[in-house]
Amino acid sequence: MLEVKDMVVAYGRVNAVKGISFSVEKGQIVTMLGTNGAGKSTTLRALSGLLPLVSGEIWFEGQRLDGVPAHKIVERGIAQSPEGRRLFRQMSVEDNLKLGAFSRKDASGVKSDMDRVYDLFPVLGERRSEAAGLFSGGEQQMLAIGRAMMSRPTLLMLDEPSMGLSPIMTQTIMRTIRELQADGVTILLVEQNAQAALSLADRGYVLEVGHIMFSDTGRNLLGDDRVRRTYLGAD
Amino acid sequence: MRVVIPDETKVRFRYPARAVGIAGAVAMIVSILLPWSYGSDALDDMTFYGAPSPLQLFFVILPVLALLLLAVPLVGKQRLGRWAKALAWNTSAKTASLAALGVVVVALAAIAIELGGLINVEPGGWVALVGAVLAVAATLFLPDSPEPTLDRLKSPRWLQITVIAVLMAVLLFTAAYALSLDDAGDFLVFAAFAVGIVLVLRQVGAFAWLGLAAANNNRVLVLSAFVVAFAFPFTQNGSDANMSIASQVLIFAATALGLNIVVGLVGLLDLGYIAFLGAGAFTAAVLSESAFATIDFHPPFIVTVLIAGTVASLLGLLIGAPTLRVSGDYLAIVTLAFGEIFRITMNNLDGSDGPNLTNGSSGIPGIPDLNLFGFDFGDPHVILGVDIGRFANYYWLMLVVIAMIIVVFMNLNYSRIGRGWVAIREDELAAEAMGVNTFALKLLAFAGGAFLAGVAGAVKAHHDVSVTPEQYVFLESAFLLAAVVLGGMGTVTGVLIGATILKLLPEKLRFFSDYRLLLFGLLMVFMMRFRPEGIIADERRQLEFHAEDEELATDVEEDLITHHAHFNPERKGFEL
Repeated sequence: MLEVKDMVVAYGRVNAVKGISFSVEKGQIVTMLGTNGAGKSTTLRALSGLLPLVSGEIWFEGQRLDGVPAHKIVERGIAQSPEGRRLFRQMSVEDNLKLGAFSRKDASGVKSDMDRVYDLFPVLGERRSEAAGLFSGGEQQMLAIGRAMMSRPTLLMLDEPSMGLSPIMTQTIMRTIRELQADGVTILLVEQNAQAALSLADRGYVLEVGHIMFSDTGRNLLGDDRVRRTYLGAD
Repeated sequence: MRVVIPDETKVRFRYPARAVGIAGAVAMIVSILLPWSYGSDALDDMTFYGAPSPLQLFFVILPVLALLLLAVPLVGKQRLGRWAKALAWNTSAKTASLAALGVVVVALAAIAIELGGLINVEPGGWVALVGAVLAVAATLFLPDSPEPTLDRLKSPRWLQITVIAVLMAVLLFTAAYALSLDDAGDFLVFAAFAVGIVLVLRQVGAFAWLGLAAANNNRVLVLSAFVVAFAFPFTQNGSDANMSIASQVLIFAATALGLNIVVGLVGLLDLGYIAFLGAGAFTAAVLSESAFATIDFHPPFIVTVLIAGTVASLLGLLIGAPTLRVSGDYLAIVTLAFGEIFRITMNNLDGSDGPNLTNGSSGIPGIPDLNLFGFDFGDPHVILGVDIGRFANYYWLMLVVIAMIIVVFMNLNYSRIGRGWVAIREDELAAEAMGVNTFALKLLAFAGGAFLAGVAGAVKAHHDVSVTPEQYVFLESAFLLAAVVLGGMGTVTGVLIGATILKLLPEKLRFFSDYRLLLFGLLMVFMMRFRPEGIIADERRQLEFHAEDEELATDVEEDLITHHAHFNPERKGFEL
């Protein structure tokens, strides 16, 4: 479904992603691990069209994706819940969700998808007219995921959805991700919480300073010594 | 104003404090029966015993309010019933006293300045001052009232509508009266009084109730506002002086509403906005029937307006297309430069090098009055026995234009496009990630706002009779921006109020001549310190200025863990 070939992305003259290749198969949960500055978020931004590629190619469902402007990428079925949630804090929950559906024209479909988000996260439904900035971190994360779902993506990219959340909250978020997969959404999950991410993932990539160091199935990576030492604590 | 007095002191002194406060209020009320001023030239002649001047009669409303707010609670909580909590009795008594003190100080200062020394203040003035100081000091010792709950009391619809109607009538009367005050001292005393009344009403809880009533009767409110605005020329008895100011206010307000889209909704800082008004004015001028018009094509005004708007929005596109990819500070600088380039270009298109379009710095004079559907705007006429002059005609035209702008603005604001704009303002990158075509939407805002300014400019050309480059200096752009910020970014009512204040004050404060800008600067500084969201706050923006609430939200995080069981009760069996 998604195929990235030798992608190089730079901020100014500094290469943050130095030629990575990976692929995401339809219906999978694929996770990307790595410490701060490894290039995970940069990768997602490039996939969303928010950063230009220096070189390399992105293919999505048989079509070139690099060079396509961001708003067109959403129309093609890729949505992102960005790092740090980046909600529209002064807008109501409802307006945030409507913005997630900005590229869609089918009002009734948007309405039913909105109800689906409220079903998934009842707390959002109860306080739908309140400003997003008034919600707690966990609730904001739910809204960020819900907002990304509103464009009805076939590929949903989540950037550190567990960041700053309590363990129980993380558990809820991870459960939601699995449910989305069951609904047929392909998920690219960037995480620092390797334990949580790998137990969900069909496949994992480990990034370090702009390179993919190794990749394997989620289960194998969980058992891999190098991963255990670096990301799970050596025990 | 916050003076910290320990709560126990307040409780101990609450009865004496109330008594002293009442005494102060009574002293102020009595004082208007005494002369305040030795000479009759100061203010509106406060030299009589037992015959208060109009300003004194206005002033007395404040101590009467203070007296009522202090005395009525003496009947006891039981008798007051639900009214005990409905109004913020103590706090608003304090505000009323402070406002009264403010008015007295301004009045005495005006008397002293106009007649030469405090020696000219008669006993009445001193009695009022002492009474005000007593009342302020005493009310500081009263315990603070809890948040008033007036808005939670049920009120019948007819009452809400009546209050709105009465309020609009009062507004009309106030505007007419304020405009009729030619003396700077009179105007300042009245302005202090008006601000005081607004503050007391806000403090007592009436604004919250009014807000609710306004929201419930939105159409009544808008309609009555327009009726009042429409009726305004009838209060002027054919006087052109005030109608000229009023029509200028409306032209300024229409331009500010255009800027409000760019700054208020999309959050793009435009420091050269006046150029778009100028582009509209020059376009209308060169296409007009003026003997100095440089283009030999004189379409009817309806067409001219469209051309003027289009020229302005093309300029908007021209400046926007290369610069809207950068944002923030860069855009501000580029637009600032653009405004100056426009003015200098208009100055230089005088035919000495290149074409003669604008006659250079002398501009295009002698622009004839508008003629719409055979109606000449220069013709004075009599309606209902009142002389309606030239400026009143333009005033009504601008009223219609503004009504149309407001309808468009409101529809845009709550549409998909409006949501996209606000999203760009809040977080451009996130908006882009959501599929908002940020560049196209920014360009649309730029062009749309410029179009409105162009339309206003076309009317302005005919209104002003002549158009010169020097009318479109940077200071005017700054004033437009100030009107938007002062009134409340992103709101219609706020920007209308801001535009009125910023256009009206300079006219009424000619007395201060060179110090006017200083006064404005101070006003802006105070505003930004104490009410950064502007006079009217945009509901979406409220949060931005109350960041501490957000921190509170993160503190609630822990509560969520207990909350968690509630929203996913049926799912279990998933372990990490």
